[in-house]
Amino acid sequence: MIEALELTKRYGRTTAIHGLTFTVRPGHVTGFLGPNGAGKSTTLRMILGLHTPTSGDVTIDGRRFRDLPRGLRHVGALLDAGDVHGGRTALAQLTALAHSNAVPRRRVLEVIDLVGLSTVADRRIGTYSLGMRQRLGIATALLGDPPVLLFDEPLNGLDPEGVLWVRTLFHQLAAEGRTVFVSSHLMSEMEATADQLVVIGRGELIAAQSVADFAARATGAGVRVRSPHAVRLAADLSAEGATVRRQGADILEVSGMTAARIGELAYTHRCMLQELTTRNASLEAAFMELTADSVEYASHDA
Amino acid sequence: MTSLTTTWHRARRTAEPRPRFTNLVRAEWTKLWSLRSTIWVLSGSGLAVVAANANGAYADYRNLPHYDAAAQAAFTPGWAAFDAFTSLAATLAILAMSCVGAISVVGEYSSGLIRTTFTAVPARGAVMAAKIVVVTGVTTVFGALVAGISFWVSQAILSGRHAGLSTAEPGALRLVVASALLAPLCTIIGMALGALIRTTAATIVTAILVLLVLPTAMNENRYWGAVLAHTLPRVAWGRLTEIQEGAGPSIVSPFPWSVGGAWTVYAAWAIASILITIISVQRRDQ
Repeated sequence: MIEALELTKRYGRTTAIHGLTFTVRPGHVTGFLGPNGAGKSTTLRMILGLHTPTSGDVTIDGRRFRDLPRGLRHVGALLDAGDVHGGRTALAQLTALAHSNAVPRRRVLEVIDLVGLSTVADRRIGTYSLGMRQRLGIATALLGDPPVLLFDEPLNGLDPEGVLWVRTLFHQLAAEGRTVFVSSHLMSEMEATADQLVVIGRGELIAAQSVADFAARATGAGVRVRSPHAVRLAADLSAEGATVRRQGADILEVSGMTAARIGELAYTHRCMLQELTTRNASLEAAFMELTADSVEYASHDA
Repeated sequence: MTSLTTTWHRARRTAEPRPRFTNLVRAEWTKLWSLRSTIWVLSGSGLAVVAANANGAYADYRNLPHYDAAAQAAFTPGWAAFDAFTSLAATLAILAMSCVGAISVVGEYSSGLIRTTFTAVPARGAVMAAKIVVVTGVTTVFGALVAGISFWVSQAILSGRHAGLSTAEPGALRLVVASALLAPLCTIIGMALGALIRTTAATIVTAILVLLVLPTAMNENRYWGAVLAHTLPRVAWGRLTEIQEGAGPSIVSPFPWSVGGAWTVYAAWAIASILITIISVQRRDQ
């Protein structure tokens, strides 16, 4: 379990994280979402004690990570697949880390096999693709068999097969009762990966809830109807309990009613339909909507 | 992936092993020798240092019969001692060893590996202490081998003219030990600068300035120039390898200083560098 309480980090006059409070529970894959520059990596570094909070506190299973003499058996982390020395082989890097935490050699070979790097383990990391480095990073995180795992953008650079593998792995780790905290700036990535979300924007908490609850917050879900009899149809649909918004002369945005039911009502009331489109409330939409005000590097149309 | 599950549950049952410093030393040892550059830098610079000394001795071997009588008479021990570890050899050793020390620390920062390292071992000071033990341990052996072989080779060459020194000569052993210890001294100074500065180019430039350029900028004929010069490792090495005052190439300074003072400079730089390396990682964000 990861508990952040009023976490604040300032670098000079810039406030990267402001009063962030959240809890990441075991047994779930928790997505950590935010636009680029929202402070996700800073937060993960504070969880790992690499950066010291300006104020507030963050603990892992009730203890500050920096107070632990050795880390691998408590927390496994993949912060950046590039946090390696390109001149060493994967085997050497993992062996050195294993020595530092008295992890047996058997476990080194086990994690190499688990991430599928057995055939290239004695090649220098400098020759690896980004996807292979991500796998090495995951092997590093799993080395100490820890109850808490942190991953910063772990899907970057993975091929579709790799993405599927990582998702399955995360679900499995969570099913074993571990705490799995995965950051991403892409909502679509998290949709199939996480079941809980912590969403931040500009260093502040936007949401901490289940994926389903978060998606329900999105507006724009509903059915789009185009009909030359829009006025009459709107009245009929409202009478049946739907919420209808007129958009122009012949377009209706209907919520609270399925497309099938709308079609049925249009048929019985003899209204011609030119379009009937269901719009799902995607997490993407919810995410965009909620973080719209907090995008650090927004692009503007010229 | 069943193995994942089973090992985890097994690991939960067995208690975490007690954290041991020797584990960190093993980790740093693995890290040092798993980089190809380590063996190349050590063997390359070792050969260069020995070659520089052998070459100096060989030049004197060839030229000695042509020196005038006074110079021939004064050759041993002063000039012979100079050939045992020449100024050029010292420059090469300082350059190579400070780089080895700097890279061992800066290499982790420039690659980002430091975050992986400190995530595996949150006890940062202990990591740096283990790194100091391993890297300076290796360069101490390097220094001992290089200084020992240099003395033996150079004096063997000079003995062809009956001008070689034996280790029994007063000050000869000090010369070898001071030259040997120059290696770990420069290594730890390189590590301390690396821990403070954290970027490769700036660290190496600073090391060269402090260890090689600064000594040449001091005017030892003025009191404060001499005082400042005497605080520098390179100048201390020069004092410790001076077998007799005013013998060989050394010039009698108007502000002489003791061998003990020079050893103190060695010790002070070493202790300060060790403390800086361990303490500088404690509070700063990584």
